[in-house]
Parts: sequence; structure tokens; C-alpha cells
Amino acid sequence: MNLIDVQNLHFSYPEGIELLKGIDLAFDHRSTAIIGQNGAGKTTFVKLLKGLLKPVSGDILINGVNTKEISVAKLAAHIGLVFQNPGDQIFKSSVYDEVIFGPHNIGIPEDEADESTKKALIEVGLENKVNDNPYDLSFSERKLISIASILAMNTQIVLLDEPTIAQDDYGKQLIQGLVRKLEGEGRLVISILHDMDFVAETFTRTLVFQNGKVTMDNDTKSVFSQTEAVRRAYLEPPHVTQLGNRLGYTETYLTAEQFVKDSLRKREEFKQ
Amino acid sequence: MSKVVVNNLKYRYPLTENLAINGLTFEIEQGELIGIIGRNGAGKSTLCAALTGLVPHFFKGAYGGSVHIDGINVKESKLSYISREVGIVFQNPFTQMTGAKETVKEELAFGLENLGVPKLEMLRRIEDALNLLEIDHLRDKNPLELSGGQMQRVAIASILVMHPGLLVLDEPTSQLDPQGTAEVFRAIKKLSNQGMTIIMVEHKIEEIAEYADRVMFLDNGKIVAFDTPTNVFSMNHLEEHGLRPPVFTRVCKGLGIRDLSGLYPVTLSEAVNEVQKFNESD
Repeated sequence: MNLIDVQNLHFSYPEGIELLKGIDLAFDHRSTAIIGQNGAGKTTFVKLLKGLLKPVSGDILINGVNTKEISVAKLAAHIGLVFQNPGDQIFKSSVYDEVIFGPHNIGIPEDEADESTKKALIEVGLENKVNDNPYDLSFSERKLISIASILAMNTQIVLLDEPTIAQDDYGKQLIQGLVRKLEGEGRLVISILHDMDFVAETFTRTLVFQNGKVTMDNDTKSVFSQTEAVRRAYLEPPHVTQLGNRLGYTETYLTAEQFVKDSLRKREEFKQ
Repeated sequence: MSKVVVNNLKYRYPLTENLAINGLTFEIEQGELIGIIGRNGAGKSTLCAALTGLVPHFFKGAYGGSVHIDGINVKESKLSYISREVGIVFQNPFTQMTGAKETVKEELAFGLENLGVPKLEMLRRIEDALNLLEIDHLRDKNPLELSGGQMQRVAIASILVMHPGLLVLDEPTSQLDPQGTAEVFRAIKKLSNQGMTIIMVEHKIEEIAEYADRVMFLDNGKIVAFDTPTNVFSMNHLEEHGLRPPVFTRVCKGLGIRDLSGLYPVTLSEAVNEVQKFNESD
């Protein structure tokens, strides 16, 4: 059974234009990036997956359960969402209280909640800031608190809305490690991203949203190999892919390391 | 006279032990586009606050050294005066919105109304900013109902209408899609070419390499380097300071492509030229 099934999903706000126009998708445990222009419907889509919004028509099944038939509170034990703006999520006066709120809220016993909270804070590198007020910390640290809050709930599905905003290379590597670890554990990570280099280096599958529809859905390399289609969605391929394209290479490169390795190999072959 | 003169600037936030910026000395000329880079906690946002007078007028704490903008000492001037000369776009666009205006157009007019700018002049400036940031279609929308990326462009426009001589941007493209990012960088370059002095904090290192005249690389409150993108990104041991150079530079370093002075390509077009030569050489 798929972790998520989305069937002919349509959504619009009351008296608003249609934001999602018939989406059919199935999600297994592969880490999945959602990319697309600002306003393409990406955030609306993940809010629907989380059950915060309900479809106008069509269905979303989480582990086979229709989001229309389950409360957001009950769904929270299965699916966690890290918001784009941590200010939409953080409301406690200490980092520890903020992160343990989720586990408490879904009824995880105290000892277990404490343990998963401490573990999540170590995973995001904030174990030395447990007593700090989140609003005394930087924006990038508040993003990491939001991520820890969701990790601590140990949900099968983790949704991330632009997790790399304001992160430096250390923060990005940390998030990359988390995505790979969760994927390795068979848990599904779906993340909205604008950083194409990060998508290329991190995610197994990539979806392109455009004007409320999914216009591309494939493994990440295949998506970025279709440069013209990517550009039609108002996106740009990763920088290293662009370099390969400009040099006329047929191979689609997703990392600098692979580019260098292949170039050196080809040069050796040429010399021989 | 340089547009910005900073001399031995030191600052420590209230109730903290370490200096957030520790002995910065540099000058910036009129019309330069400066990229400030470095890992989180390096002092980038604090420097922005010091350039705009928020440090020490709003954020108190221990302050030493000086910042002069157009010869005016920031510490000794009123914040209201500095804010006419220096505009800042914050990292989180939500914090920039007044929350009191119902349309983007009114939001852009807010600062100008405060300054008493005549109506016709106000309308002209708003139209220019809407066009430059390509957000004309958002003019009648509620600023608080925009997507993160749209709000980020409105935040930049709300400062541009004030015609600051010095524009300070703290990660202005963090929530923008790739083409939106490219549009903002192009707009910023255009303003710089028109003579506006621009200082921007950015983690998007490939764009900084492409557009900045000079790069200030901060770590631990100090300047590691302040030079052209080529000179800064060709330095050794950048990773020790938490910085991954542009992907084009990493590729060329991996292939051993550098010029006689030991400098590496830093932009896409430079890398294309040099990798092509590399492939064609024996």
C-alpha cells in the first residue's frame, strides 16, 4: 500500500480561483522534492496532505485513510509538517517545551516524549540550547527548532516547506543527512524547495508543479535532464547541470563530484 | 570620499559574552555591489544592523569604533535621519510588512507618506518599483495574503521607493524560485549600475560570484577576506570557515584548472570556457 494516494485532487478557497486542478499522485517511501514557481500551489498541496485544508473534490488517502474522514489531531500522529515560516509554528518560551509539545499532543508517554525530544534536538544540533527562548535565536535556528518539533513526533511522513531557507552550508548538510536517514528508515519525506542544487544532491524523486498541476514526475536526474521542460515551469536546472549542458554533454550531472570524476575518466580515455 | 567607512567596529549584544562583530575596518565606494557571505553566526546580519543604525540605536549593548555613511557618523545621528539615507530589507519579509495596509500599492506608499513625499512623485516611484521587481500584477493584492516569494519582492520594493543612497539587503531572495531570484539579482545589478550602493547578505554563492563587485567573507565576527569574487573563492581552506565555494569553482579545483596566478573560474561562463580548453588540451 502506498503511504499517500492523491486522487483527482481539486482545491480552491471560497470564491477564489482554482489553485489545484486535478492532481493524481502516489507516494512510497522515496524522498520527494516538490519544485515550482512561487504561487504554483506547492504550499497549498502540502497543507492538504496534512489535512489542514480539505479537498473541494477528489481524495487524499494517508495510509489508506481519507483525510476527509479523520481529524487533523488524529492525522498528526502519522504526518508532520514543518511550516515555511517558523513563526507560524513556534509559540512556547523554551526550545525544549516547543519541541516536546508535539509528542505530548499526540499522546506519546512522558518518558518516550522526553527521549525523542532530546534525540531530535541532537539531530538538529540544538542540544545546547534547550532552555533558550526560540525568539532569542536566529531565524535559521528557529527553522531547525521547527524541524526538531516534527522529528520528535516520529511520524511516518514528514513534510518540509522550504527547510533550507536561511541555512548555511552546515545547516543544509545537516538537513540533507536527516532526509537521507529518514528515507533509509522507510519514512517518507516530501519537501518543497527552491534550491535546485540541494534538490539534485538530496532527493530521489522530483515533482514539478505549475499552475496547480503536476507537469513532471520522475527520478530527480530524469527531471533535470529535460532542461527545456524545467525552464517552461519557470525553473532553472542545478548549476552543475547547466555547466554540463553548456558544454554539450549528454550526461545530466547532479553533483560536482560526479562531474569531476567523469571528466577525469574521459580525459584519461582520450589520452590512451 | 568613500560612501561607507567602517573603522575598527566592535559590537556585543546585551546579556551576551562574545563580540558579534570584532574589529571590522573597511571602505565601500559609491555604486559598488558588495556581497556579504559567511556561515550563520558570522556577524553578517549584525553588520547590516550597524550599517543601518539599528545597532546601536535600537539594539543597545557594547559598541566600539565607528560607521560613517557619506561622512555622517551613524552612532551620533538620529535613526530617523539615517533611515532616509540607508534602506534595509530584512531576512524575513513578514517582519517588513506594516500589517496596516490592504493593498501592495498602499504598502509601498507607507514610507513615502511618512516622509511627506508629494502625491505625483509618490505614484511615479511606486510604478517604477512595481515594474523593476516585476510585481505590477500584485498591486491590488493584500500584502499579507501573498506567497513568501511575492512578499519578498514587495519588501524590496517598499524600500526601493524611498530611493536610499545605500541599500542593505539581508538574504533578499531566500524564498524566491530560481527565476525570481535571477530577476531580483538583475534588478539589483541595474540599480548598482545606476549608482546605488548595495550591500547584500546571501547564501546563494553562485549568484554572488556572478553579480558582486566585491565579496566580504566574515567568520566569527571578523573579516576573513574582502576582495573580488575570483580572489575570495580561489582561497584555500574556505571549508574550514564553513564556506563551500561556487560549484563552478569546485569543479575546476577538482580538475586542477587554474590560471598562472592560481585563480580559479567562479562563474558559469568562466567555467564553460576553461573546461572546454581543458577537454581540448593534451
